[in-house]
Amino acid sequence: MKKPLLAIALLYAVFSVTAPTTVLAKDISLLNVSYDPTRELYQDFNAAFSKYWLAKTGDKVTIKTSHGGSGKQARAIIDGLDADVATLALAYDVDQLQEKGKLIPKDWQKRLGHNSSPYTSTIVLLVRKGNPKNIKDWDDLVKPGISVITPNPKTSGGARWNYLAAWAFAQKKFGNDEAKTKEFVGKLLKNVPVLDTGARGSTTTFVERGIGDVLLAWENEAFLAQKELGIGKFEIVVPSLSILAEPPVTVVDKFAKKHGNEAVAKAYLEYLYSEEGQEIAAKNYYRPTSQSVAKKYESQFPKSNLVKIDEEFGGWQKAQKIHFSDGGTFDQIYQK
Amino acid sequence: MSNSSSSQYSNYQNKVSHSRATSEPAWIRWVLIITTLLFLSLFLFVPLVAVFTEALRKGFDTYITALTDPDALSAIKLTLIAAAIAVPLNLVFGVAAAWAIAKFEFKGKSILITLIDLPFAVSPVIAGLIYVLIFGLQGWFGSYLSDHDFKVIFAIPGIVLATIFVTFPFIARELIPLMQAQGKDEEEAGLVLGASGWQILWRITLPNIKWGLLYGVILTNARAMGEFGAVSVVSGHIRGLTNTMPLHVEILYNEYNYSAAFAVASLLALLALVTLVLKSFVEWKVARNASNNEHNS
Repeated sequence: MKKPLLAIALLYAVFSVTAPTTVLAKDISLLNVSYDPTRELYQDFNAAFSKYWLAKTGDKVTIKTSHGGSGKQARAIIDGLDADVATLALAYDVDQLQEKGKLIPKDWQKRLGHNSSPYTSTIVLLVRKGNPKNIKDWDDLVKPGISVITPNPKTSGGARWNYLAAWAFAQKKFGNDEAKTKEFVGKLLKNVPVLDTGARGSTTTFVERGIGDVLLAWENEAFLAQKELGIGKFEIVVPSLSILAEPPVTVVDKFAKKHGNEAVAKAYLEYLYSEEGQEIAAKNYYRPTSQSVAKKYESQFPKSNLVKIDEEFGGWQKAQKIHFSDGGTFDQIYQK
Repeated sequence: MSNSSSSQYSNYQNKVSHSRATSEPAWIRWVLIITTLLFLSLFLFVPLVAVFTEALRKGFDTYITALTDPDALSAIKLTLIAAAIAVPLNLVFGVAAAWAIAKFEFKGKSILITLIDLPFAVSPVIAGLIYVLIFGLQGWFGSYLSDHDFKVIFAIPGIVLATIFVTFPFIARELIPLMQAQGKDEEEAGLVLGASGWQILWRITLPNIKWGLLYGVILTNARAMGEFGAVSVVSGHIRGLTNTMPLHVEILYNEYNYSAAFAVASLLALLALVTLVLKSFVEWKVARNASNNEHNS
């Protein structure tokens, strides 16, 4: 009975010596709670910001990150995951921090430029090499026998953008006929064999497990899969109409204040808008909002016809209520 | 209905008495053995080999780099901390509970047994959510904890709590049948000869159950280090801070960092192998002790 305990104690002692435990007085620790596909982006950006902040103030800042489905992450922050900044997939999830958690002021979205979205993206279709099922547009996804991969809109921000993009397409196609639009999206969902909780889970399902003919994906996630995971194995199909996805960022005032991190958290988000921050975003396949950087990377992003959430759906609050709340169109369609 | 089943039962009994398992024809025995081996190799051995080949695919250097990465080290450290707290606590609790249940009669005993089994019956996800509901910012004690700057969930205490919860029954469940089988004659003899409660515990009860106890500790430790579901809910997934080894494996896998994911997974697999070896050793010891006792009596 004594031996395993002793062994555990010994192992623990060894690891506590070898694991770096550098807790110096001037160290700042910042927690960024983000959504699923931003892992690579923030890995690069955190390193750049640490360097910038060290040069500017002499303080060493270590940024910790947590990633997951956007809705799930918002829920965790409301439950007390004490993020200094939240960088989520869509405005509704950030609104929840205000409504359910009282963690941020009501006018949070006006605090930073471009509706607090330093980078944007859109939804594209990722297909296997040579496009064997000949998928060109949203129309092709409702055909029988096509297997579509998308995450669950209840937990994933990307999935909600996917859903709305399909909805916007159908609405236009059927001249705002709601019944026909619903039927179209319903047919599309019937072709989905598995709903993962986050965008990254869906990408893994499609890329690694080889399930599905087409992945509805963030543009950045599709580029990543195409250029870094399976070179030449996938092709991006730009649909005739898609949605402009604006993933917003905010300081979580209540927690940042508690940690004494207000200034550095604000600077962290502002740095996303800087030349370097925008370059990093573009290199990670997010569309930059800065004109000059956008121009520089113009050729990287396909030209697409993008509708805006505010114009097409009357903003996220309304879209969420109509489509994704309990009993919304998603529930009506999916439970059929 | 009851008639037919009882006649089936007597048929079955007839068959059993006619042909005992040991007198089955050789080919049946071989078919059974080969099926079992095939099944085991397909579902246990092949995945195990796969974990290690994937882990070492990019060479030993990558393997070591993956394990000495600061985030990996912190995950290993957190896993060890959680186990180092959960195992001793459950050891004390398990012995106390088993002692009370096996050696004493009291009201509500069956309720106590049911409660001890609860973590087996409850899904680990629910176990995690219970703690979120109690200690989360919107939960019962949320604002109190927040005002006093004490973090439970999305921090180490929550992970330890969740680990304790899921490993709660292992030791008690291991000891109760053993202690019941041993009876309380020896303890009563000790009492009659004037031993105090502590003396009875240390000199009679604990030596009698030590191998069963060790077995329980091994199982508890294995589960504590491998737990995913409950810990995942309360962790918050902050790298280098609140990630345990199983969570770290998932993160690495989701980052397309397969060799690193499998490197950490191979550590967990190694732990499983060590557990199995220890477990076999303890079982062998127990069997030997039992046969010795039979000889003596």
